[in-house]
Amino acid sequence: MIYMDSSATSFLKPPQVEEAVCRAFHTMGNAGRGAHAATLGAARIIYDTREKLAELFHVSDPSRIAFTSNATESLNIAISGLISPGDHVITTACEHNSVLRPLYVKESQGAGLTILDADEKGRIAYEELEQVRREHTRAVVITHASNLTGNVTDLARVSAFTRKYGILLIVDASQTAGSIPIDVEKMGIDVLCFTGHKGLLGPQGTGGIYVREGISITPLKVGGSGIHSFDKMHPSDMPTALEAGTANGHGIAGLNAALDFLRETKVEAVHEKEMELAGRFAEKAGKIPGVTIYGDLSAKLRAPIVSLNIGELDSAAVSDILWDDYEICVRAGAHCAPLMHQALGTVEQGAVRFSFSYFNTEEEVDTAVQALLDIAEDQ
Amino acid sequence: MREKKKYVILSFHTTTEAMSFEKQSMSNEIPGRLIPIPREITAGCGLAWRIGVEEYSACRQKIQDLQMKYQDAVELLL
Repeated sequence: MIYMDSSATSFLKPPQVEEAVCRAFHTMGNAGRGAHAATLGAARIIYDTREKLAELFHVSDPSRIAFTSNATESLNIAISGLISPGDHVITTACEHNSVLRPLYVKESQGAGLTILDADEKGRIAYEELEQVRREHTRAVVITHASNLTGNVTDLARVSAFTRKYGILLIVDASQTAGSIPIDVEKMGIDVLCFTGHKGLLGPQGTGGIYVREGISITPLKVGGSGIHSFDKMHPSDMPTALEAGTANGHGIAGLNAALDFLRETKVEAVHEKEMELAGRFAEKAGKIPGVTIYGDLSAKLRAPIVSLNIGELDSAAVSDILWDDYEICVRAGAHCAPLMHQALGTVEQGAVRFSFSYFNTEEEVDTAVQALLDIAEDQ
Repeated sequence: MREKKKYVILSFHTTTEAMSFEKQSMSNEIPGRLIPIPREITAGCGLAWRIGVEEYSACRQKIQDLQMKYQDAVELLL
């Protein structure tokens, strides 16, 4: 089997991740619920993981990072807890439904919403930022990279705008955390939402949210915290404020091992290899007659995603042939990014998405290209 | 019967603060260990750091210099 669906999840992982999860089953109790060896074992690994994430994202205080179950939960926490009726929010046509749907909920409750356009290559209309700003613009919620085109957002440009007007910058790093270096201080990010199971190479059910010092988010969930048990209100101290209930300790132990791998390998090296593979694939696939590749391939910085179609073939049918005849795993159809499909003109056809991992090989890329060539010639 | 002894008990605002304190203690040779917080102490976190009175006196400056965070320090017979 050739796995090229790493933007969906990191099926290909360093072996130490699985080992760490298995070990956790034998060593971890419930963190923060006592002081015996098992509970402290869990609390130590969770704290250590928090520190490693802080190091990765250049966060000076690890307590500003709370664990969640995925980026969707993090985005719901951020949007639900920071946006009120009467506020205005700016987002883009490149967003995933994990951004759009929580924003549509807020819009239905009385918040204003402006969606920046994207062109046929999925490039955001940054020049519209100044025009669409209102007196009550509270936040820009924006992806760091499109899950469909692989285009990377110019966060320097967006944060120059948000800093100028004291607007919150909430970033969806689902496709970049662990694959592209992120420095929340330098990049002017106020809230970073990330998942643990994609570029960070950890288990599913792990994720997190970084909240800059000075920003207080009304929590989405309240409940058991292991602290302040007799208070009626959930504690407001980070990270407890956003971590009600038992953490996914076993998953976080796996994420911890994955972060060790990334620290040793370096995110820059991971990105370089992923982009070599994606670049090789795009260059060869782009030469196949009838193949259309989406996104801005000329950009210097991209995520390792190549989405394409072959002529008018249904993307679902192409992906099924790739699996059935070649055992190649890709994603097809719509990609939870409806406005991006509208901009690209692929609402009906969808798109076949190849997304690459540090663990893919050039041979696998060449096999995938040959498969596309066969399908294109056969149509 | 277990003999009681006087300790300094350091309380914390959150579990994260307690775990940070433990990690820094281990890497800076500060003695003591995490215990469930005694009922005499009102604090946010259910964990506390138990350290001998003399040992605390010897390490107090180091704890301050390292800017290790905790909520309160109380002497208790445990």
